[in-house]
Amino acid sequence: MNFKNLWTGLTKSLLHESGHEASNRYRILRRNIFILMILITIIPLIIMAVIYQHEYHSSIKQEIVIPLQTLTAKTKHTFELFFEERLSVIRFIASSYSFEKLSDQKTMNRIFNVLLNEYCCLVDLGLINNKGIQLSYAGPYNFLGKDYSEQKWFQEVVVKGTYISNVFMGYRKFPHVAVAVLRRTEDGSSYILRATIDTSKFDDIIASMGLNPESDAFLISRSGIIQTSSRFYGEIMDHCPLSFPQGNYEAIVTDAIDPRGREILVACAPFSSAEYALVLVKPKSDVLHTWHTLRSRMLFVFISSVALIILVVFKLTDTLVKRVKEADEKRELTYREFQHTHKLSSIGRLAAGVAHEINNPMAIINEKAGLMKDLVAYDENFQKKEKFLGLIDSILKSVERCRAITHRLLGFARRMEVQLVELDLNELIQETLGFLEKEALYRNVELVLNLTDNLPRISSDRGQMQQVFLNIINNALAAVEDEGEIVITSWEEDSDTVGVSIRDTGCGMSEETLKSIFDPFFSTKQENGTGLGLAITYGIVKKMGGDIKVKSKQGEGSTFTVYLPKKTKIGPGE
Amino acid sequence: MENLKILLVDDEEEFVTTLAERLELRGLQARVALNGEAALKMIEADTPEIVILDVMMPGIGGFEVLRRIKAQHPQLPVILLTGRGSEKEGVKGMQLGAFDYLMKPLNIEELIKKMQEAIESHP
Repeated sequence: MNFKNLWTGLTKSLLHESGHEASNRYRILRRNIFILMILITIIPLIIMAVIYQHEYHSSIKQEIVIPLQTLTAKTKHTFELFFEERLSVIRFIASSYSFEKLSDQKTMNRIFNVLLNEYCCLVDLGLINNKGIQLSYAGPYNFLGKDYSEQKWFQEVVVKGTYISNVFMGYRKFPHVAVAVLRRTEDGSSYILRATIDTSKFDDIIASMGLNPESDAFLISRSGIIQTSSRFYGEIMDHCPLSFPQGNYEAIVTDAIDPRGREILVACAPFSSAEYALVLVKPKSDVLHTWHTLRSRMLFVFISSVALIILVVFKLTDTLVKRVKEADEKRELTYREFQHTHKLSSIGRLAAGVAHEINNPMAIINEKAGLMKDLVAYDENFQKKEKFLGLIDSILKSVERCRAITHRLLGFARRMEVQLVELDLNELIQETLGFLEKEALYRNVELVLNLTDNLPRISSDRGQMQQVFLNIINNALAAVEDEGEIVITSWEEDSDTVGVSIRDTGCGMSEETLKSIFDPFFSTKQENGTGLGLAITYGIVKKMGGDIKVKSKQGEGSTFTVYLPKKTKIGPGE
Repeated sequence: MENLKILLVDDEEEFVTTLAERLELRGLQARVALNGEAALKMIEADTPEIVILDVMMPGIGGFEVLRRIKAQHPQLPVILLTGRGSEKEGVKGMQLGAFDYLMKPLNIEELIKKMQEAIESHP
């Protein structure tokens, strides 16, 4: 249902409440108001809740992601520093000793012993010539004379100058990392110094991140092989079961679901100096705990507000519709009463006129018959005296009956007599419009009020004045087409008189019609009119000492202008 | 009551002349005026003993005639006739000094009785 329909329904239901249709209309009105009010209250609430949830969700995520990124990046730097330190020591040895000295097994042993004391984690140290042959070696194994020329790392170190290997299991099934440095001598030949480091220090660095038991951190190689022990995702040299983008330099945080079905956040920071990436895994339930609590609270608030709104709107609509109904009923009743009074007063007027007009001839008949009776009664010699006296008596009795009737009629009319009160014409016009607004609204006739402020109050009869304006405006309404216009203007004509004009954009009247519109029983409404409305109106205005004028042009509309004295002196009327 | 001088004032000639004739048949002296001005002139020329006055008349209305009569002759009794059957008119007339009021059509016996009462209360 769109809003226009709703609105039309709403206004239409305010109109036309005849019979049992009325209850249906109020039901529709109630439903429409209810839906409208619910929509305009709940829609903003929903929008607000959604926006708020979205905003809060992203801000909370930022709050979690940034520390995660920072921690990962910091730890990565620690690792890089560790490797850089090892590399620089080896580089230093390579550059401070000549090839000949390093080839000497004794010197190699001495250097190795010094390094063991100064740097932890060193496993062995060896010199390899540019053909890939191990020339000297210090460490737990005997690798002297071993040929590395076919190995991948050898090729790489020759090209790049330095090399850090992935973790590999040594002969003792212990994880190791090999680092190697290429040294070029002045005469153009080159040699390689290679050291092996055990990875126990890696675990220390990871432990220093201070992770809770639900989280995990480990190194992986670029090809996804786990390099340090992981709590949840496999042993060293296993393939990491998680998939996530590794990125280039920056630490990147992504959402993922791990093989155990947990929703996790994965932070991955790749190394620049080695083929490693540091991976930090945190379960979402852990980090989003506050978010979930907040969301459930918000949901509770939302649902309870919606329930409250529905309750209030329901009650409000109920009251509103009841009030509208009451007001409509009251207005309907007032209008009916008014119409009844109007009818009675029309009849009363007619009755008074008839009774008064009949009374005079009746008085003459009475006197003539009385004289006849007197003459007959005084004449001693009158023949058929009894017969004549009987006839005259029956005439007099009939006159008596007529008198009773006319007096009753006059008594009835008297109840409709004028009662002068001080009244505000503007107020009275607006009051009267109350009876007709509904029809005007339904037919889309515009009622324009052009009332002068501070119009002087006049003394007049409220009911009869209402009748005057009701009759004229009613006629105007009958004359205008749907969507026409009726303009009501009031003004102070002079120090004794106020004026009210009622202009319509209706069909207008011909000259001929104009001549007889105030005649009783003249009507252009065929069966619908009594032809008394304007006659009565004219009578009332004249009686109040006022005047009424009409201007009209066929096809253009009519203007009725009523002039009323501020102080009414009751005239003879019609 | 014999030879009582009455002035009947009413614009309805048929009515008022017939009434005058009937009163004369009963031995009373009734004269007729068809409007307020004539009535006032006749009262000035020859003051009657009682005036029967219709309220509704063209020209000077009944109440105005009554007011002028009472101004000149406060002791002259006036009985009003009203065609409207309105008590209000009657009451207004009595406030202006009329002795009483009667409604048309008249009952002649009632009129004579009222005139008698009026004469007795205005010695």
